[in-house]
Amino acid sequence: MNASNKNILLEAIELKALFDRLASEIKEREVLSGPFQLVGIHTRGIPIAQRLAKLMNRDPDQIGTLDINLYRDDLSQASEMPVVKETEIPFSIDGSRVLLVDDVLYTGRTIRAALDALTDLGRPKSIALLVLIDRGERELPIQSDFCGKKVSVQPQENVKVRLQETDGVDRIEVIDRQA
Amino acid sequence: MKETPVRIPHILSMADLSREDIEFIFQTTDRFREVGGRPIKKVPALRGKTVINLFFENSTRTRTSFEIAGKRLSADVINITKSSSSVSKGESLLDTVKNLEAMAPDVLVVRHPAAGAAQTITRMLKARVINAGDGAHEHPTQALLDLLTIRDHKKTLSGLHVGIVGDIAHSRVARSNILGLQRFGSKVTVIGPKSLIPLGIEAFGVGVSYDFKAVIGDLDIIMMLRIQGERHDRLPFPNLREYSRFFGLNLQLLQKAKSDVVIMHPGPVNRGVEIAPEVADAPYSLILNQVKNGVAVRMALLYLLSGTEE
Repeated sequence: MNASNKNILLEAIELKALFDRLASEIKEREVLSGPFQLVGIHTRGIPIAQRLAKLMNRDPDQIGTLDINLYRDDLSQASEMPVVKETEIPFSIDGSRVLLVDDVLYTGRTIRAALDALTDLGRPKSIALLVLIDRGERELPIQSDFCGKKVSVQPQENVKVRLQETDGVDRIEVIDRQA
Repeated sequence: MKETPVRIPHILSMADLSREDIEFIFQTTDRFREVGGRPIKKVPALRGKTVINLFFENSTRTRTSFEIAGKRLSADVINITKSSSSVSKGESLLDTVKNLEAMAPDVLVVRHPAAGAAQTITRMLKARVINAGDGAHEHPTQALLDLLTIRDHKKTLSGLHVGIVGDIAHSRVARSNILGLQRFGSKVTVIGPKSLIPLGIEAFGVGVSYDFKAVIGDLDIIMMLRIQGERHDRLPFPNLREYSRFFGLNLQLLQKAKSDVVIMHPGPVNRGVEIAPEVADAPYSLILNQVKNGVAVRMALLYLLSGTEE
């Protein structure tokens, strides 16, 4: 590991506390306004949604998964062929209160695409957004309803969420792409 | 989930596609099947892209399939057929394509009676080209949907024995399927009268049989082909009834087949000639599964070709 271009933002234990806090915030909100259905955005939104479901004593297999590739606004700008992943919603979108889950909120374009993808599948009563990290610098008027941590980083820096399920380790890093 | 970022500029021949390419295409196809099962079967992925279906030969299934595939992806799809275009006024293929190029299409889907027509067109324009059948040469999208249909039912594409029965000499479907099945290590036997089997086809690693009854018991999949009357000056056998007696698939002959055999046909079907109606409509017939898979495969191909820039 190269220490010079990598800063650890959150270690596993801090990440655990962050998940606990988000789960209790969701539950608090549900007391006021009714239950949410969790929908994770590929790739890391899915394990995040599953962990939150477990913390709230719900079946992690009952979360929805959403792939936004078919709704992207930059298809032809990709240099490689896009890998389309599975969209599977095990409940009816119509009339449900959806909580979209993703790892990092940045430009807002992923969420814009996710809103289109979701509303093509039905008419939810409402859609809210949960992210682990909000790094600012939005290009669209999109904000989160639940946010694990707000950070301020430079444009050339990447916020990388690493999770056991996808990366073999629980850690959030800031990586300088120019270093 | 495999992350193979393959780059396929055009779909011209099954010979160009590796096993990994085919698996990547199928992985993408699985996602488009989900779109085909929605109440609103449309996604905005190819909004603003133009797909031109340029068909110099008749077609129902393939052209409609590409048209539906393009529309479900929100592309603008334009159909040009030989009879409705300036081709019937004497315009050459080169001129037709150059004029279409001036209208900046993103994907051109081409069917043409001359082998190599799609390949030739790639040199004339910037658009991505999909070969939807070039003479007796190849029909790669048909082979892909056939392979997918086999995989759906046999859960594998390896170690199978596939019999292709009928007009092998004129069949682009047979050629593309042979190339595709061999990629996965399945065995292909071509079956038909001597006059419809090309000389020296054994060199491509396929088995040859002139006796359908003798080999049917060894086949896992039977792919029936139509006699391509339009490509024959006169029939290369005495009459259709005699052909049907030796190479048509009926319930009686099917009793000699394996109990888990499945029947396929790329269409159009000539009922009562190469296949009996009660066989074509039986539960072990995958003919309509092939058509259904065709739309999803073509959505995947249009999407993958449009998803990258040269």
